[in-house]
Amino acid sequence: MIHARDLARSFKTKAGPVEAVKGLSLDVAEGELVAFLGPNGAGKSTSVRMLTTLLPPSSGSAMVAGCDIARDPAGVRKRIGYVGQGSGAGQYYKLRDELLTQGAAMRMHPADAKRRADALIDMLELTGMEDRIGTTLSGGQKRRLDVALGLMHSPTLLFLDEPSTGLDPHSRANLWEHVLKLRRETGMTIFLTTHYLEEADTMAERVMVMDNGQLIADDTPARLKANLAGDRITIGLANSDAAKAAELAQNLPQAREVAVGDSRVEVTVGEGEALLPEFIRRLHEVGVDIASANVRRPTLDDVFLGLTGRTLREAQGSVA
Amino acid sequence: MDFLYDVKTSFVREMKPLISGWVWLAFGLVQPLLYIGLFVPLLGDVGGAGVSPLQWFIPGMMVMLTLFGTAMVGWSLTEELLSGVLERFLATPMSRPALLMGRALKEMFPLFFQAVVMIVIAIPFGLRIYAVEMLYGLVLLGLFGVGVAALSYALAIAAKNNTSLFYMVSQSVALPLMLLGGVLLPLESGPAWLYVASRFNPLTYLIEAERALFMGELFSTTVLYGTLVVAATLVIGLAIGGSAIRKASI
Ligand SMILES: Nc1ncnc2c1ncn2[C@@H]1O[C@H](COP(=O)(O)OP(=O)(O)O)[C@@H](O)[C@H]1O
Ligand SMILES: [Mg+2]
Repeated sequence: MIHARDLARSFKTKAGPVEAVKGLSLDVAEGELVAFLGPNGAGKSTSVRMLTTLLPPSSGSAMVAGCDIARDPAGVRKRIGYVGQGSGAGQYYKLRDELLTQGAAMRMHPADAKRRADALIDMLELTGMEDRIGTTLSGGQKRRLDVALGLMHSPTLLFLDEPSTGLDPHSRANLWEHVLKLRRETGMTIFLTTHYLEEADTMAERVMVMDNGQLIADDTPARLKANLAGDRITIGLANSDAAKAAELAQNLPQAREVAVGDSRVEVTVGEGEALLPEFIRRLHEVGVDIASANVRRPTLDDVFLGLTGRTLREAQGSVA
Repeated sequence: MDFLYDVKTSFVREMKPLISGWVWLAFGLVQPLLYIGLFVPLLGDVGGAGVSPLQWFIPGMMVMLTLFGTAMVGWSLTEELLSGVLERFLATPMSRPALLMGRALKEMFPLFFQAVVMIVIAIPFGLRIYAVEMLYGLVLLGLFGVGVAALSYALAIAAKNNTSLFYMVSQSVALPLMLLGGVLLPLESGPAWLYVASRFNPLTYLIEAERALFMGELFSTTVLYGTLVVAATLVIGLAIGGSAIRKASI
């Protein structure tokens, strides 16, 4: 569905050139749900805008939905749906009118457009708002309208740039329900960007982590966490045999980042829950008294920390 | 064909809020009527002896409304440029120049409406109708407006990160053109330098052509010069506006 090779884009600014995307190569197969995760300014939007022909790359090439973005941009535009980071629906236009306009822009037959608009209004729970104008819609309703606009011509590939940013948690969850339902029902390929870890974690089957214009990881959330972060085991000690405990911790399979406190030992391993009983048994054997035991599953934030040396929240702050 | 279809799509979209906003349109009529009511009695016989001053005043008024109306249309584009609406359309197969063309045509609609109402209202006050000539005058104005609007869109795209720049530039171009074109007062009665300066103002030729048309003149050099000014505005406007939108990456 998407094949990009060495896509790069730089911008001239007053403060000098900004290399927003530096050599992006990726392949997305039909039917995948991929999340592009990265802090603000990582280059997510720039990447998506190149793939959707809105922005010509400085170098590199890409095939999207079977068409070359440089040689056949019109072909790409015909086949994809695009929901940008901003809001696509005009402020003074009625909701249903905007959908019909979108249908016309996609050169749909007016009767088909009407049918499709009504189906989408129903599907995205916008019933009753047909004649409301943009300024009177809530944030969640507006975003659902944006998604509906992107879906008017039933594309096989949908780009969503930060679909849930700025929404309250409830609207976010609601939007996600819709996106997932859509995916189940149509098998559409979805490529979305987000800077919310939880979102990439719970929604996507495949996460591409972007930082500083580069793709730094690409895998399922589970494998990213196992390989790049791991589970953190914390053992609280009753007597102060920390040194002995630390030595055992060191010898666990794939053990790393062993930390020793006054009355506790921490270690990162691949499969924490499976290892914990064995670890406790061994500690017991050497006479270490255990007060508490805990396994913390990693988040994608830990993955990001492992990859870049800083947390996503820190990265966010430094740019935004 | 696709191009025309896209122009229609864009035009129809833009017209919808307008149609539900007739209050604004009515408000837009008050201003020219005030001008007519307050200015025309002061004018005496600017049009020449025995000719209603309306014959002279109304075409100038129409040019002024068109220029101010269309020079600022980039403003509405700026809003959609920043919000992401334009981007949404740029991601569809729509022709980009057609997007702007549809918008520009919509901006012409209220101006056209205003002009027609103004003419109709002026008839009982002595405006003589020269149907063919006046109609040609309206067509010229319409094309001129589309050209100016296209330039305004190009400016909006170029100044998208600095909206006050847009305002500054559009105003500082439109206003002097207007003042040096003799819209409200005859240039002949001003100082000599003003007259000379007005000869370098393309708008002067359009205003003169419109006035000639409203006096019933059609095949004259005055009208020809006005037509050339409109043609040039249209060609330059569409070229610059078209290339701005084709290159626009928001
Ligand atoms: N039109 C532009 N002009 C100048 N710099 C830009 C432009 N668009 C993006 N950038 C810069 O490129 C970098 C990546 O931006 P973006 O792709 O929007 O990131 P993200 O979507 O991940 O937040 C940022 O440093 C941003 O400031
Ligand atoms: Mg972004």
